[in-house]
Amino acid sequence: MSVTSLKSMDEIRLGQLFAWPSRLTLEAWRAAWRSACTGVACEGIRGGFWNSIAIVLPSTLIAIALGALNGYALAFWRARGASLLFGLLMLGAFIPVQVLMFPLVRLLGPLHLVGSLAGIVLVHVIFSMPIMTLIFRNHFAALPRELFLAARLDGGGFLRIFLQLMLPLAVPMLVVAAIMQATGVWNDYILGLVFAGREHLPMTVQLNNLVNTTTGAKLYNVDMAATLLTSLVPLAIYLLSGRWFVRGIAAGAMKG
Amino acid sequence: MAAVSIRDLRVHLGGQPVIDGLDLEVASGEFLVLLGPSGCGKSTLLHALAGLIDVAGGSVAFDGVDQTWASPRARNIGMVFQSYALYPTMTVAGNLSFGLRARGTARAEIAARVQRAASLLQLEPLLARKPAQLSGGQRQRVAIGRALVRDAGVYLLDEPLSNLDANLRAALRRELKLLHQRLGATMIYVTHDQIEALTLATRIAVLHQGRVQQLGTPGDVYARPANRFVAGFMGAPPMNFLEGRLAVSGGTPRFVAAGFELELRDYEFRAAAPVDGEPVVLGVRPEQLRIGAPGSWTSQVTLIEPMGNHQVVWFDCAGSGWSALSDSDAGPRVGARIALAVSSSPVSLFRADNGTRR
Ligand SMILES: Nc1ncnc2c1ncn2[C@@H]1O[C@H](COP(=O)(O)OP(=O)(O)OP(=O)(O)O)[C@@H](O)[C@H]1O
Ligand SMILES: [Mg+2]
Repeated sequence: MSVTSLKSMDEIRLGQLFAWPSRLTLEAWRAAWRSACTGVACEGIRGGFWNSIAIVLPSTLIAIALGALNGYALAFWRARGASLLFGLLMLGAFIPVQVLMFPLVRLLGPLHLVGSLAGIVLVHVIFSMPIMTLIFRNHFAALPRELFLAARLDGGGFLRIFLQLMLPLAVPMLVVAAIMQATGVWNDYILGLVFAGREHLPMTVQLNNLVNTTTGAKLYNVDMAATLLTSLVPLAIYLLSGRWFVRGIAAGAMKG
Repeated sequence: MAAVSIRDLRVHLGGQPVIDGLDLEVASGEFLVLLGPSGCGKSTLLHALAGLIDVAGGSVAFDGVDQTWASPRARNIGMVFQSYALYPTMTVAGNLSFGLRARGTARAEIAARVQRAASLLQLEPLLARKPAQLSGGQRQRVAIGRALVRDAGVYLLDEPLSNLDANLRAALRRELKLLHQRLGATMIYVTHDQIEALTLATRIAVLHQGRVQQLGTPGDVYARPANRFVAGFMGAPPMNFLEGRLAVSGGTPRFVAAGFELELRDYEFRAAAPVDGEPVVLGVRPEQLRIGAPGSWTSQVTLIEPMGNHQVVWFDCAGSGWSALSDSDAGPRVGARIALAVSSSPVSLFRADNGTRR
């Protein structure tokens, strides 16, 4: 793929799939970014790139913030109905997205949330809530309970204990959750297609449109370049996040 | 400094009663030691006093004010947790000041209090470190400091000295005793180490099966155990027991077993007067036995345990394994026959049926 994206169209037509390009060219990359046709418009997939960024950032931040807060509340504060809520969330984590899509469209439609940035972000947050809550609940439940009790005894309230004690202890989990959520949202196709609306189509949808556009000759090099561009962000997230993994975060809290 | 009053307290964990109708009165300024075997509910009791677990019945009051359903924050308690539970992402200074910050104490006041607690516990050079960068003893002092930094009415200490090496343990034990003398605070201290209990306590409460088995001064609990459990739990090597009967004839009651007899001249019987033929269990501490004295009976040595400054001599007494203490150098050898006598200090007698003191 990488090789193909660096070839010119003339060279690709020779059919030597695994041969190195005789002349390296970034022409296809430029075209994919700026001028390839994604349906009627021919502006490349850069619009989709920024749309995706605009969707991923709030979806990720809101989802992990809410997930961490939910998980913390479920793990430490025995509210009435907490176990019931947890059971429902577990169930929610196993229901396929497609099953819930139609009811969700019916629900959000009257609220004018379908086809808007807020709508797509809300949908992503909703669908990620079960798994986010689950991983944070399990993370907090694995911490020594006396840590929480000590903070309670010291007079800490719900939010103070969360922000000053538990969130710093959840940094490795926050990183994992952010990676999961950011790549998940970035790679999403169907939710973006249904809920984002014309103005906010994410990169993946535009990529699909680009590759499947039938007018004119098939520009394989541009397709490849666009595909690579689209997958560049998840790749970058994986590579950059490695150094944030902190081991033994709770070391020193306990005896011995 | 608050007095603590616990009435008929019940706590259930996982459907099982862990504390089962416990009564305890702790005077203001007292150093009460809760002593009991592992799993008897000592930590559970402290957590219940601090309001960290719900009780199933009974009441807890500080200075006469009912606190049974008060929030942990409102009870004004300083606690050292069994596991220390230091906040791992905060520095030592952050650990000490968390409770003060949570209560909205003024910044200058916080600094002054942290400074005072740190100097009291010699933590000043460590204030900027995280708990992971501390030794076990240093962590323990931070845990104590976190409890002491506030002016709490009651301090609860849950086995703060376990897991430390013997020297550090003894040193910190003395430090704690000095600290209590200086602060005059009410302290409830959990341990299953009886040396700690005997050296620190103004009173000891021995806990077993969710109840207080005996409450008294260290000397009282040691010399006059209220039942066989307390008798066997306190003291190392443990108290020697022998089953037999009371014989009452000619005014002086005697304890009689097969091949063994002991006059109970000064014994203070509790409740009813002794009845002839009543089945009882005799309890004699190893240090109440004298070896080589013009003996009332003889026995053969089965085992010697050297302890450095003394040694424990094990022998057979009418079918039960008994021990006595002797000097290291002048002691008997294994297999030797020794003459034994019970010295004058009072022995213990327990009812054969339920084990309470006779
Ligand atoms: N969450 C729980 N659910 C069920 N049972 C529990 C729970 N926590 C503790 N227990 C039981 O309650 C009893 C008392 O526990 P506790 O921790 O108070 O003992 P302890 O006296 O402090 O023991 P140790 O000296 O080992 O610290 C134990 O038998 C324990 O198994
Ligand atoms: Mg305990």
